[in-house]
Amino acid sequence: MSRAEVVESVRPVSPLWTFGLLRNELVTTFRRWRTLALLAVLAGVPVLVGIAVKIETGDGSSPGGGGGGGPAFISQITNNGLFLVFTALAATLPFFLPMAVGVVAGDAIAGEAASGTLRYLLVAPAGRSRLLLTKYATVVVFCLAATLVVAVSALTVGALLFPLGDLTTISGTQISFAEGLGRALLIALAVAASLIGVAALGLFVSTLTGSGIAAMATTVGLLITVQILDQIPQLHALHPYFFSHYWLSFADLMREPVYWDELAKNLGLQALYAAVFGSAAWARFTAKDITA
Amino acid sequence: MGEVSAEEPEQRETRAEPGEPVIATHALTKRYRGGQLAVDGLDLTVPAGSVFGFLGPNGSGKTTTIRMLMGLIEPTSGTARVLGQPMPRATRAVLPHVGALIEGPALYGFLSGRDNLIRYDSADPAADPRTRRVRVASALDRVGLTAAAGKKAKAYSLGMKQRLGLAAALLQPRRLLVLDEPTNGLDPQGMREIRALVRELASDGTTVFLSSHLLDEIAQVCTHAAVMAQGRLITQGPVAELSAGARGRLVVTTPDPAEAARILKEQGVADVVVTDDRVMGEPPDRDLAEVNAALVTAGVRVRGFMVERASLEDAFVALTGEGFDVAG
Repeated sequence: MSRAEVVESVRPVSPLWTFGLLRNELVTTFRRWRTLALLAVLAGVPVLVGIAVKIETGDGSSPGGGGGGGPAFISQITNNGLFLVFTALAATLPFFLPMAVGVVAGDAIAGEAASGTLRYLLVAPAGRSRLLLTKYATVVVFCLAATLVVAVSALTVGALLFPLGDLTTISGTQISFAEGLGRALLIALAVAASLIGVAALGLFVSTLTGSGIAAMATTVGLLITVQILDQIPQLHALHPYFFSHYWLSFADLMREPVYWDELAKNLGLQALYAAVFGSAAWARFTAKDITA
Repeated sequence: MGEVSAEEPEQRETRAEPGEPVIATHALTKRYRGGQLAVDGLDLTVPAGSVFGFLGPNGSGKTTTIRMLMGLIEPTSGTARVLGQPMPRATRAVLPHVGALIEGPALYGFLSGRDNLIRYDSADPAADPRTRRVRVASALDRVGLTAAAGKKAKAYSLGMKQRLGLAAALLQPRRLLVLDEPTNGLDPQGMREIRALVRELASDGTTVFLSSHLLDEIAQVCTHAAVMAQGRLITQGPVAELSAGARGRLVVTTPDPAEAARILKEQGVADVVVTDDRVMGEPPDRDLAEVNAALVTAGVRVRGFMVERASLEDAFVALTGEGFDVAG
């Protein structure tokens, strides 16, 4: 080793090195077959919806019988492929997207514990708070990536199967295609943000158990339970506190002017879930005996 | 092979006073939630520069002790100091100087051996990312895994996994290496290599803390040893002193074993055992020359007369009153 290299290696520890773990975590997560399979399933949903609408309307009739059934915006897809983005997000948000996030978040700590790699990360030493923050940041990045996969797949399929052009908002006004694309991006961001609560919940569950499968199953189970409870009118008083209650508020971004009320409530609720379950996960994980 | 001599400022701060033990615990106790007392009032002292053997039957509390030393488990009471700093409070300052192999290797099966090491190295905030590739390559080389570095870890044999776990402990120059059963799953050649590696590291000044159920292994490489049973420390000290504590065995080789056994019993030799032409027993507390003279006077033809030095195993059996493989 040359003299210059030796001198360089004596330089003090840079605080930026701490992000090396985040970078490695992201690379590791997105290189797993499971992550890629989840993303592939999500990319497949818009393809199915697009083809179904194309076949259904092949005879010139409008899908969903002119309103009534089907996810939001589905009746408009034949006029403008961009609407497939909104439809696909509306179709995946209640289940597919949060399930994928639940799998990744539930496995975050519990999966490492089950394989025993957690103890080696901690003696490296990754630091418990640093590791937990890294895991949460990675799950949030996955939320965004999963949403964008659905959106980009839907835009591609929409452009291939249907015409593109100016579009009509829910309020009835016309906006240009460029502005429509902007709204689509905003909607994707709103959908990704809607998943922050589930991500925090999954991470918390992940700190409770040493089994990745148990954590994933619990998180997805909670997701289904909450969605069912949200449909029971007698629990009306509790509904505003369910993480999924304001999910479909993203459609308000298609109004003119945009109706921010419920969107803000949704973001506030997601932030509340992140704070509560993030703190709970931190309290649990930093005090936990690692025996696996 | 590019030996990396990175010495961060942190390293100087945590440098222990000369003569200060590398590991020192005081009344260290761990009671699990079920009420089970895993470690009971442990006072362990590991001197700097030693190769320290940590012995005990399965379930004696060795691994719980190691986990407390590494900050993975919070002690119920008592204190543990590693490299002069309290654990688990000082994990961030202490652990970059400690390489550990705890209860076997744990790997990401979907990553290659090299990527496994890169991941563990990037988890260490004190590891320089600019030298990461070089350090990973030299660690792989040190454990003989260079050829298999690109293979996915799930395709590794148990011995290869063990080597990769060792490589992870050697990613940086360490002041303390904690190796829990490092030769598990290795063939005899692999075991020899590990022993050579431990000696090499120790000669560089690294303190090696080695837990094992193979007494032979400890006896071959360790300068110091401690014995645990049922959560308690039974003894600790230099290996030479430990084996000296147990008395050797008198071995007489003779073509007249029956007669020899009778005379030896008369002379106060206890626990006499005859096998073919060898008569063995616990030597009495008197001059052995007299014992030999008595044999010759009685007409016993003595071919050999010697005291076999006690092995560590004899010391262990004397201390625990049980065989080594009996769980506590």
